[in-house]
Amino acid sequence: MEYAVQLKNVTKTFGKVVANKDVSLDIRKGEILSLLGENGSGKTTLMNMIAGIYYPDEGEIFVNGAPVEIRSPKDAYNLGIGMIHQHFKLIDVFTAVENIALGLEKSEKFDMKAIQAKTQEICDRYHFDLNLSQKVYEMSVSQKQTLEIVKVLYRGADILILDEPTAVLTPQETERLFEVIRNMKNDNKSVIIITHKLHEVLEISDRVAILRKGEYIGAVDTKDATENSLTEMMVGKKVELNIQRSEPENTVKRLSISNLTVYNKEKVKVLDDISFDAYGGEILGIAGISGNGQKELLEAIAGLQVTAEGSSIRFYERGKESSPMELVGRTPKKIRDAGIHLAFVPEDRLGMGLVGSMGMTGNMLLKSYGRGRLPITDTKGPKQLAERVKKELEVVTPSINTPVSRLSGGNVQKVLVGREIAEEPTVLMTAYAVRGLDINTSYTIYNLLDEEKKKGVAVIYVGEDLDVLIDLCDRILVLCDGKANGIVEGRRTTKEEVGLLMTNLKKGGAENE
Amino acid sequence: MSKESAKIKEPFVRIVKRDGATFRNKLAARAVAILLALVVDAVFIFSVTGLNPLAVYGVMFNGTFMTSVRFSWAMRDLVTLLCIGIALAPAFKMRFWNIGAEGQVLMGGLATALVMVKFGQSMSAPMLFLTMFLTSVIAGGIWGFVPAFFKAYWNTNETLFTLMMNYVATSIVACMTNIMRGKASSLGKLNMSNQAGWFPQFLGQRYNINILIVVILTFVMYFYLKYSKQGYEISVVGESENTARYAGINVKRVTIRTMILSGAICGLVGFLIVAGRDQTISTTSAGGNGFTAIIVAWLAKFNTFYMALISFLLIFLSRGASEIASAYSLNDFAASIIEGIILFFILGSEFFINYKMVFRGSKHKEVR
Repeated sequence: MEYAVQLKNVTKTFGKVVANKDVSLDIRKGEILSLLGENGSGKTTLMNMIAGIYYPDEGEIFVNGAPVEIRSPKDAYNLGIGMIHQHFKLIDVFTAVENIALGLEKSEKFDMKAIQAKTQEICDRYHFDLNLSQKVYEMSVSQKQTLEIVKVLYRGADILILDEPTAVLTPQETERLFEVIRNMKNDNKSVIIITHKLHEVLEISDRVAILRKGEYIGAVDTKDATENSLTEMMVGKKVELNIQRSEPENTVKRLSISNLTVYNKEKVKVLDDISFDAYGGEILGIAGISGNGQKELLEAIAGLQVTAEGSSIRFYERGKESSPMELVGRTPKKIRDAGIHLAFVPEDRLGMGLVGSMGMTGNMLLKSYGRGRLPITDTKGPKQLAERVKKELEVVTPSINTPVSRLSGGNVQKVLVGREIAEEPTVLMTAYAVRGLDINTSYTIYNLLDEEKKKGVAVIYVGEDLDVLIDLCDRILVLCDGKANGIVEGRRTTKEEVGLLMTNLKKGGAENE
Repeated sequence: MSKESAKIKEPFVRIVKRDGATFRNKLAARAVAILLALVVDAVFIFSVTGLNPLAVYGVMFNGTFMTSVRFSWAMRDLVTLLCIGIALAPAFKMRFWNIGAEGQVLMGGLATALVMVKFGQSMSAPMLFLTMFLTSVIAGGIWGFVPAFFKAYWNTNETLFTLMMNYVATSIVACMTNIMRGKASSLGKLNMSNQAGWFPQFLGQRYNINILIVVILTFVMYFYLKYSKQGYEISVVGESENTARYAGINVKRVTIRTMILSGAICGLVGFLIVAGRDQTISTTSAGGNGFTAIIVAWLAKFNTFYMALISFLLIFLSRGASEIASAYSLNDFAASIIEGIILFFILGSEFFINYKMVFRGSKHKEVR
């Protein structure tokens, strides 16, 4: 067996945190290896050591059988290793080809035509869909990612590492990416792909290597693996992979949206005449390719978007069902002051929902700091709440005063969701609540949402994983191009039907059913 | 670990993040830094001037501590610097880079001086002081409000804006002092005859009132930033405007309110300088303190008590440096180099508090 990369007894620590402990891992030539593990299990750190971003504290790395020392990304490139990071490293105002030229050695001749020709040749060989003279700021996320891959291939990489490449892609784009990855494999390149999505792991990879809490658990051939067996290896115990969906009981209308239209800063219509109702005791899913108005829809309800004339958002607060409150034109503070219990878990957790530099206590204060007549903040309640959330949701943090930006993604989300649920909302809106979270935390969140639904809360769940949407939600509103393209029943619909509604706008839009 | 790994050459030195240094460690690191700085300074002093370094250090120490008068002068300068640092703290905490303290202080000082001249003869002392205080605070507040308003509504760059406002303030002061002095060669002390608007002597010195006021402000600002609702809003806005909007905070209002506060305290400093220290106004009344205070506020990470320590250090060093310069008739640059080396080492110690170096061959063992 020929190995592209071998890691032997690699250990890496950051301060007191052990990111990788004594990891030994082989990557074969011409294989697609999935690296699987929960958040914080050390996948990215391990790959960063191969890519020259970190240097291991202990252990050795072999490339093509020879011991090597990788001190910088440049060393990695010289060994034929290229990594595509989650956050792209491109210059926005440069074209695709200029970005590629940027990475050249100083000694190489700067010949744009030759670079263009060679890049085109790579694109043709692997069937990349890329316009080489397009500027990066005009590209979609998927095109930027393609460019990153081409860039790495241009520099002669035989070993490619992709860090959660599908997290930002639509199902169709993911398919295309997998196509390309298979092409690269046929060209005898080794591809390592880090991902959380088990069905993708099963679809694309030849082998799966699993890390748990920084330690290497083992590798299995994909053909012998199932979602359940992989989860068990990852978590260390059996996990029920069934999403609970209780039957809706005593549904009451809580939110009635009609003719909601929103323009963005560039005066482009991002929400177009949307109308629907949400009921207490049910989970309303919102599906759509990302960027089709989901964010604006939730933000408009929360009072963070300016709505166009004629829009109406009526809120039926508990006990005041007969006199609904109009939310249009109210700021978040006014909504709260009016006694509306509206909870919102935004997509950008640290950039909108939380204050990264503050601890859990400070973040629990975020929506309630204004309470009381005194000019000083009352931290007693928030402190107790922080302790409670920490205990009930099993938030892993050194202390409730540790800045939340230092916590792992899953724990950050638990803090945010914990705070929002604690307010005993009438309506709970969540945007991409499980994005980037590992399987265990994801199921915790699904169950929490179902619990809230049982309490009679109207839950709105914006999601990207269609399987989850169909298994979790009672009804699913599909957005397409800023329009409501139909509402389907979660129990009766299929992935295909929702997928079709996501991409093909019905003539004349959909009626609210 | 197998022996084989030793064969691979590690990089000669690596920089590793240190997790949560204890208070004692931090203290030790800083003490070592000062000690090292003194050693390096000693080498410099001896090799360049041939003087006995210990004697030079003694003179330096004398700059602040030789007599009680000197010490009180040092305290007077310290509170001026500290008070501007206190003024900058809320703005900086909001990530609003107010580098216009110099101008805000000048405007406050000018307002005070104008009131002294205009109403010095006609108003009773309490009324006069109240008017001086209010006009200085309002003048400084306006100088803080203007850039904040433009930032809030048109997203102008506050750094450039506040910086340019300094030059406007300097020009206005130059213009007004020229008008006020008339045909005299210089403005001189205002209201020399009846001392109207001069702070009364308190415990033997006029500027003891300055010290008292700033000490109180140090506590007030600390609690304002840490425990008040407005302080909380400032922290949230500084961290992320989106989070602030999400939480229902009116970002524009907080930005403007905080900068008015920052400018107003700067204006107050102008009042203290004119009424409690100089009894006059000139374009150099702020004396660069508005810029030095930026360093003070940053180094202290906006904690007002640390600011007091850092202000003391800076004042001690600068007074010591000028003392050396005059005692040994060195030029100012030699003294400044000595001052600079000490500062350099103290700033450098921050790096070693946050990071540590791992050398090749050393056993970097933290894994238990």
